[in-house]
Amino acid sequence: MTWVRANQDRLVDLTWQHLWLSVLPVVLGFLLALPVGWYASRFRGFRAPALSFGGVLYSIPSLPLLVIIPSIIGTSFLDPINVAITLTIYALALLVRTVADAFGQVPAEVLDSASASGYSRWQRAFTVELPLAGPAMLAGIRVASVSTVSLVTIGALVGVSNLGSLFTEGFQRYFNTEIIVGMVLVVALALVLDACWVLLGRVLLPWARGKVV
Amino acid sequence: MIEYRSIAKTYDDGPAAVGDFSLTIPSRTTTVLVGSSGCGKTTLLRMVNRMVDPTSGQVLIDDVDVATREPVALRRSIGYVMQQAGLLPHRKVVDNVATPLRLAGVHKKEARERALVALERVGLEADLARKYPGQLSGGQQQRVGVARGLVADPNILLMDEPFGAVDPIVRADLQQQMLELQQELGKTILFVTHDIEEAFLLGDQVVILRKGGVVAQVGTPAEILASPADDFVSSFVGLDRGHRKLRIKEVDGQQVVVDEQGRPTGVLAP
Ligand SMILES: Nc1ncnc2c1ncn2[C@@H]1O[C@H](COP(=O)(O)OP(=O)(O)OP(=O)(O)O)[C@@H](O)[C@H]1O
Ligand SMILES: [Mg+2]
Repeated sequence: MTWVRANQDRLVDLTWQHLWLSVLPVVLGFLLALPVGWYASRFRGFRAPALSFGGVLYSIPSLPLLVIIPSIIGTSFLDPINVAITLTIYALALLVRTVADAFGQVPAEVLDSASASGYSRWQRAFTVELPLAGPAMLAGIRVASVSTVSLVTIGALVGVSNLGSLFTEGFQRYFNTEIIVGMVLVVALALVLDACWVLLGRVLLPWARGKVV
Repeated sequence: MIEYRSIAKTYDDGPAAVGDFSLTIPSRTTTVLVGSSGCGKTTLLRMVNRMVDPTSGQVLIDDVDVATREPVALRRSIGYVMQQAGLLPHRKVVDNVATPLRLAGVHKKEARERALVALERVGLEADLARKYPGQLSGGQQQRVGVARGLVADPNILLMDEPFGAVDPIVRADLQQQMLELQQELGKTILFVTHDIEEAFLLGDQVVILRKGGVVAQVGTPAEILASPADDFVSSFVGLDRGHRKLRIKEVDGQQVVVDEQGRPTGVLAP
């Protein structure tokens, strides 16, 4: 406890760093997955290649990626952007399938009746398909969010500081308190973020109460 | 007036869903397409608002080929009611009904007011308007579907088994209401069902279809019952099952109508 109080400022800094490194990739990954997943759900020929591509992306090991990205985009090795990009790729890989399935679940008769009412193709995509795919997409985002929070800690291995830095330091110094505090904060962050997603779902998808857990 | 001219439709790589179909649907009357599952009713219905385009042939509305009309604008001018109501689960009932008006550019406030009027017309109470479709019973949802079909006051109303998914009592109720509405509004209605009783109840003109959209017989319900074109029609309308063949029997000075087995079904009015 005394250690926590003594390092309060640093813990807060690390938490903020960890937070944006977690949220940004999920949001970006989702925005990228949205058009790809939608297209995959509407055009059968595109579905299999899109989903396999997602699987391949997800199977790339993260450490090499963290080393390669700086050399491709010319950032320094310690730049947090590298971590953000890596995790965006994973979130994208995870969410393409979710988004495709979410759009695939929208009942055909609702789509037919929307078309019959005179929605144009784009009006229908944005004001009918998108919201109706919302609950399933939110479920996927929650999974991606939790996994991203824990993946961020890998960044500490290449020197990008975040709550994972508490693990690496704790190991080096055989200092268990630091490791435990790190773990507690990571888990707490994951839970708080998850609660935020649920809340967002309640606000944006009021009609789906009971469907969005 | 809606006119089908030598319509054929083949979905990619399938057999012909509709072979060679021609029909004229007079304005301000109800025409019912009736036939068993898969005979092409929905396919034919959806050609009117271009949700399906024919492989060959033409559909004309008031002598204008619908193929020359822009599909989205065409659909906005035609009411459509379907089996599972097809309501938008994420919009409140009132907004569901207002949808066709909103799409046609009517201001939100006016659209909602007109939606409330339409809901009242189909016998729904105003407090249901604020609910989501998922919170309504099947029969209520079906009424909402009808209200949505009527709200923009289209000349043409397409109805695809609109009462197929509700229990018999609610269905009878909805059918009666539809008859009353039609008396009042005089729309050109094209109605699809596989229930011959419903067809005879609602149709001014009834079209009995075989597989592949082949017309077995067209006529008023009375004409079809009086002279069924062939065995298929006889069997389809139930003339071979006895309950349509009625006789009059004298009982206590009253003329009682009985079916083939002698079961009474009513009395003759004096
Ligand atoms: N989108 C489609 N793609 C391929 N085949 C289709 C499609 N829609 C309908 N069909 C086929 O066309 C035929 C006629 O279908 P349609 O839906 O018009 O029948 P229906 O009379 O409305 O049947 P039901 O009473 O079951 O609704 C069927 O054999 C069906 O399998
Ligand atoms: Mg059908």
